Amino acid sequence: MKDTEQTAGMAYLVSLPRKVVTVYVPLAVFLIVLLFPFYWMAVTSVKPNAELLSTEGNPFWVSHPTFEHFSKLLFHTAYPSWMWNTILISVVSTFGSLAASVFAAYAIERLRFQGSRQAGMAIFLAYLIPPSILFIPLATMVFKFGIFDSKLALMLTYPTFLIPFCTWLLMGYFRTIPFELEECALIDGATRWQILIKIVLPLAVPGLISAGIFAFTLSWNEFIYALTFISSSENKTVPVGVITELVEGDVYHWGALMAGALLGSLPVAVMYSFFVEYYVAGMTGAVKE
Amino acid sequence: MTPPHTQVMTGTAPPVSALSPLARLFESRHFLGLLFMLPAGVLLLLFLTYPLGLGVFLGFTDAKVGRPGEWIGTENYEFLVTDSVFRLSVWNTFLYTGIASVAKFGLGLWLALLLNEHIPFKAYIRAIVLLPFIVPTVLSAIAFWWIYDAQFGIVSWMFQRLGLIHNYIDFLGQPNLARMSVIIANVWRGVPFIAISLLAGLQTISPSLYEAAAIDGATSFQKFWNVTLPMLSPIIAVVMTFSVLFTFTDFQLIWVLTRGGPINATHLMATLSFQRAIPGGALGEGAAIATAMIPFLLAAILFSYFGLQRRRWQQGTKD
Repeated sequence: MKDTEQTAGMAYLVSLPRKVVTVYVPLAVFLIVLLFPFYWMAVTSVKPNAELLSTEGNPFWVSHPTFEHFSKLLFHTAYPSWMWNTILISVVSTFGSLAASVFAAYAIERLRFQGSRQAGMAIFLAYLIPPSILFIPLATMVFKFGIFDSKLALMLTYPTFLIPFCTWLLMGYFRTIPFELEECALIDGATRWQILIKIVLPLAVPGLISAGIFAFTLSWNEFIYALTFISSSENKTVPVGVITELVEGDVYHWGALMAGALLGSLPVAVMYSFFVEYYVAGMTGAVKE
Repeated sequence: MTPPHTQVMTGTAPPVSALSPLARLFESRHFLGLLFMLPAGVLLLLFLTYPLGLGVFLGFTDAKVGRPGEWIGTENYEFLVTDSVFRLSVWNTFLYTGIASVAKFGLGLWLALLLNEHIPFKAYIRAIVLLPFIVPTVLSAIAFWWIYDAQFGIVSWMFQRLGLIHNYIDFLGQPNLARMSVIIANVWRGVPFIAISLLAGLQTISPSLYEAAAIDGATSFQKFWNVTLPMLSPIIAVVMTFSVLFTFTDFQLIWVLTRGGPINATHLMATLSFQRAIPGGALGEGAAIATAMIPFLLAAILFSYFGLQRRRWQQGTKD
């Protein structure tokens, strides 16, 4: 790896005991703190209720693991349908946003039409508008359009934060594709459409994956729109369902709650583990302009 | 930077006479540009720009759920200025954003510097570090809720075993403890984002700068202060603007952990706006609270804009 060679330059000057204290110990503390909630989620989700509510024994371990919380979740609540809703809404809004963003980014970055600079600036500003100042007017609009309490409401509103992000990211990515390739194609008589489909898009696949992964996790994570626009249990997404339906009165079913949180995190975590590099590229690309 | 393709493109287009008017239209950059912008533009205008204006408008009405509402001028704002809960929420928002951002920046920079060291399994550690940022906030907030639980919370259990306390602490039940607890949960979630972004910045700093500093006899603190920080400052400006912006408008974490309680001690402007507008039904008042956040957001955006300007100036390019 490139950065290994670079940092190895003066690293031999640092002795091992010194490095243990200044690097390894703090890093280990960071990792433990960052990962503990996940461990705690996992342990709690397989603990029988008796162990959960006792103060005896070692709480960090489970002596009689059980899957009763998972089976309760999967067979006695609407959890499977929340999962399905979340997948459906995330996939549709991600692909829709990605398609719209590819055209917008290509137009702003490569066609350079009149006003493209202003459009680029507007996209950046749109990215900075948070959902928490839009949900009230959007709720009145969703109600007026008659799509209140439907998945369509979320599929139409999620692109408001996905399109600016994806467009911004793809603009940066298109900028790295050499102009010469497009010029060659123009000389050969290709139309703009052919250039986009046959030259730019195949070269931009890594950028598309980055944007897609990031957009998918953003829509999976979304909460305030889903909480506001959805009221019936069968249309809820996982985050909203877990927090509104699994909490009944004053008795918290911690095992089921943790199982729900764990299962709901799993799809994004698995996808992330396959595409770590793309994800990091997407995140750092977005803040680097 | 002036794109070199503008001249080339007009020069290499097929002879104009050979094209039908329609085909010529489709080869025009301006027409095609607008056509390509259409899907994104229409969606954003309809579901982003329009609601933004509608929200500001609703703030001047007494709209309720199921009733359009009448124009009442600045009455909502006049009421909010005298409303102690709203004033508390503004104070809470600043406290939350201020403390959480400083903590996230400090810890994030530290973690980035640690990850920039020559360590084994670097790629894996970096991947693991980002996990809290990937997982839906609501779901990790539920884990924190359980960690902070008043009867069975693991933190209280550990403190008790260490002999620090005798009774379990009700982390989310007392105003200042609850504020601290939500800030800790927010910092936990935000540190990875800042660390990984700053790490990307650190990796672009040329090692020869450090070698030059070492030859000049710089201590490691001097290297950090005089090489790392100045080189990193543009990306710090951008990352922190994002972080401040999203902390300021945070909703999910608070809603799951405390719903603004105890006695409104953790109500942020976003959660108060939701509570008044959706369960409370006072859409106009909620919209007014949300609108009141806009000036602060604008200030943050302007800060970011000038941060980017400075970056361009540092790189010596004009655009």
